[in-house]
Amino acid sequence: MDVFLQTLVAGILKGGLYALIGIGMTLIMGVMGIINLAHGQLMMLAMYVTYILNTMGVDPYFSLFVAMPLLFLLGVAIQKFLLNPLIKADTILPENQVLMTVGIGMVLTEVVRFIFSSDYKYITTTYSNQTFFLGNISFSMALVIAFWIAIAFTVAMFFFLVKTDLGRSIRATAQDKDAATLMGVNTGRITVITFGLGSGLVAAAGCLLAPVYYIFPDLGGPFTAKAFIITILGGLGSTVGAIFGGVTLGLAESMGATYFGMEYEDIIGLTIFVLVLLFLPGGFKRLTKI
Amino acid sequence: MAYFQVDSLVKYFGGLAAVNGVSFEVGQGEIFGLIGPNGSGKTTTFNMISGYHRPTSGRVLFQGREIHQLPTHKICHLGIGRTFQVVKPLGRMTVLDNVIAAAYSRTSSHHKAKEEALKVIDFCGLMPVKDVLAKALPIAGRKRLEITRAMATRPELLLLDETAAGLNPSELVEAIDLIRKIRANGTTIVIIEHIMHVIMTISDRIHAINFGQTIAEGTPSEVAANQAVIEAYLGTDYA
Amino acid sequence: MKKSLTPLVFVALLAGLPLIMKDNYYLHLMILFLMWVVIGSAWNLIAGYTGQVSFGDAAFFGCGAYTAGLLATHLGVSTWWGLALGGFTAIAVGLPFGWICFRMRGAYFALATLALNEVLRHGATIAEDFTGGMVGILIMPSFMSKIPYYYIALALAVASLASLQWVVRSKPGYYFVSIREDQDAAESLGVNTHLYKMLSLAYAAFWTGMAGALYMNYMGFIDPNVVFSLHDISIMAILVGIVGGVGTVYGPAVGAFVMVAVQELFRSGFFGLFKWLGAVSGSASLVKVAEVLTQAHVLGFGLLVVVVILVLPNGIVGDWPKIRKRVFRLGAGA
Repeated sequence: MDVFLQTLVAGILKGGLYALIGIGMTLIMGVMGIINLAHGQLMMLAMYVTYILNTMGVDPYFSLFVAMPLLFLLGVAIQKFLLNPLIKADTILPENQVLMTVGIGMVLTEVVRFIFSSDYKYITTTYSNQTFFLGNISFSMALVIAFWIAIAFTVAMFFFLVKTDLGRSIRATAQDKDAATLMGVNTGRITVITFGLGSGLVAAAGCLLAPVYYIFPDLGGPFTAKAFIITILGGLGSTVGAIFGGVTLGLAESMGATYFGMEYEDIIGLTIFVLVLLFLPGGFKRLTKI
Repeated sequence: MAYFQVDSLVKYFGGLAAVNGVSFEVGQGEIFGLIGPNGSGKTTTFNMISGYHRPTSGRVLFQGREIHQLPTHKICHLGIGRTFQVVKPLGRMTVLDNVIAAAYSRTSSHHKAKEEALKVIDFCGLMPVKDVLAKALPIAGRKRLEITRAMATRPELLLLDETAAGLNPSELVEAIDLIRKIRANGTTIVIIEHIMHVIMTISDRIHAINFGQTIAEGTPSEVAANQAVIEAYLGTDYA
Repeated sequence: MKKSLTPLVFVALLAGLPLIMKDNYYLHLMILFLMWVVIGSAWNLIAGYTGQVSFGDAAFFGCGAYTAGLLATHLGVSTWWGLALGGFTAIAVGLPFGWICFRMRGAYFALATLALNEVLRHGATIAEDFTGGMVGILIMPSFMSKIPYYYIALALAVASLASLQWVVRSKPGYYFVSIREDQDAAESLGVNTHLYKMLSLAYAAFWTGMAGALYMNYMGFIDPNVVFSLHDISIMAILVGIVGGVGTVYGPAVGAFVMVAVQELFRSGFFGLFKWLGAVSGSASLVKVAEVLTQAHVLGFGLLVVVVILVLPNGIVGDWPKIRKRVFRLGAGA
């Protein structure tokens, strides 16, 4: 029973972090229909930023204030200069945009590899290995903090989207770009800002993950995959969905690792992904015609 | 047994009934008009007839055979063709290729398909533009291409969805002529139209719907005089 | 039925190549090029012609490769049987693959193919008893010389292009393109779009599987990360198609040549040009540039992807008029 509870706890805590990774992507996909295959790589960048700052003595949680704006600006630049031009190009295949993000992801990974080499890097802080106990169940301090910060961000995003003008403009653009333009929304600016926001959020996830994970250039790929699973599970553009998706994935991975074996972690996620794509009807039917 | 029959069709989208009990019969060789204000359920009815939507309830029968559960391509093979309200040209193919693709529904030989395609293109008057890319055609050409393509599938029943919208007066006259020619050639036609002039002129009988339900049926003059129809269209002139 | 003689001339030239080019290094590159012609053309049918952009063609490549390899390790027969059977196992995998993925359209379809690609990759890694897992499969190559492999690759490439040419002009060809242009319209014209999408996938799977089997025979070693690789196989196939020009018969062939050349260019530091220049001129910085280029070849590749998509969205063959105009203008203005 304890094993089960421990697995449950580990899964939920991980899930909070995953939710944060997913929110960025669900926003980007929901608003612009852009499939960002460089999402994990953006997070990886944030983790390296955290690493650099850490070598200068800055606490990872403080790096949030640096990495997030930095990645926000990068996201804005990517959308403005590399992705927006593609929308206007007349090509046979509309999936050029997806491919572009693949290229961007490759460039980001290789640039980082070039500067830092492929060695695993670590950040150790006072709380990296700290745990506390509730009964027989251990809670990783870093993950608990990350969980609550992630929830805070998610809630903040929710209110941002619902209560603020900018948030409403974003949702309007997501629902119908042309209608939004006709109502005075500068959709060009909105898409750029949204990509920036998505990047900033995944950067936050990176900073929160850094104390408890190892950092290396190639971690982008697996995390991009996770982001997709979460996004599809929770529903595009839905912040609450991202929480749901994140926790579900966290739990599934946890259960899989405990009861099947470590090597099944990735394939569980992928299988869920395929199952969800297959069997989650209703809301996704509408989206499958993008 | 009616040649073509729509029986108590109902279609719900979520909680909204787009079509709520529409029934009519069409005799062979008729030009049967379907009118109603925007959003009254006309195109949804067509979509159910041609298999793009499954009816929530009700049936569609063609020559006595139930077709509302069949996939769209099978319905085409049975002899029902359609055009789309928002035209769907196969943009990066030429007019000729568009029609050849349609003609392939009746043969597997390239030679025969091309022959048939050219015949239909000639019949519908698109010969001058047969080698033009479909996406380069103006709206009148695209609408005509819709009809030409559908004709190449040798339909016995042709569903025309607002083929006259967006045409100028002389183009309208040509469109009306073509539709008459198609009927004379032996094809039964069900036509949705907003432009009163067109539909009143060419239809043998008209069925009027509003809010997904029948409000009148009869000859053009009968329907035009019908109180419910006039109310539904309050303020609409003849085109 | 006018057929241009240019392709035939090329085939003749390629057939005679090993007689004049004895260097194994270049023969190797040519074999890679021919293999990518097959893979790129296959992807081109499902993506360029039918409009279903698959991000998971490595699944088929890997199937073909593993068919060949597993025949050897489990049944003790020659891996060449894989060439005959690889295409069919790939189709067998492709059918459920398609059934799952074709329920979605556009970018979701792309994502689903990517996911399935990864599922196969992880599956091959986990199923150690069956596939050898991360250790992979190692066999003794049948021929010492590269030349027989070259001709087999050439035959495969010619066959795949000829079959593509034939398909494109036939009824399925028309149906594929109509699905790409407007799936709903195609249905209304009597096209069983589901069936034809599956057919195009089966075609792509077949040829890509054959290429995979050839790879097993030629390289002698495979493992899940090599043959089921998202970046090295699936994405490369897309690049070959896009750079050359999708929706054209010879586009991917051009793309294959360019991509293999560019990849090698970066990997070898412009074929050792910079290193040579550095040695000749004594300039240490030029040698450094050569080193940097070699290390950063994947980076260069990534940058290439970004640039090509921005500048030549329709590929070399597709955007040929645009390229010609630019080159003309440069020439005229100079």
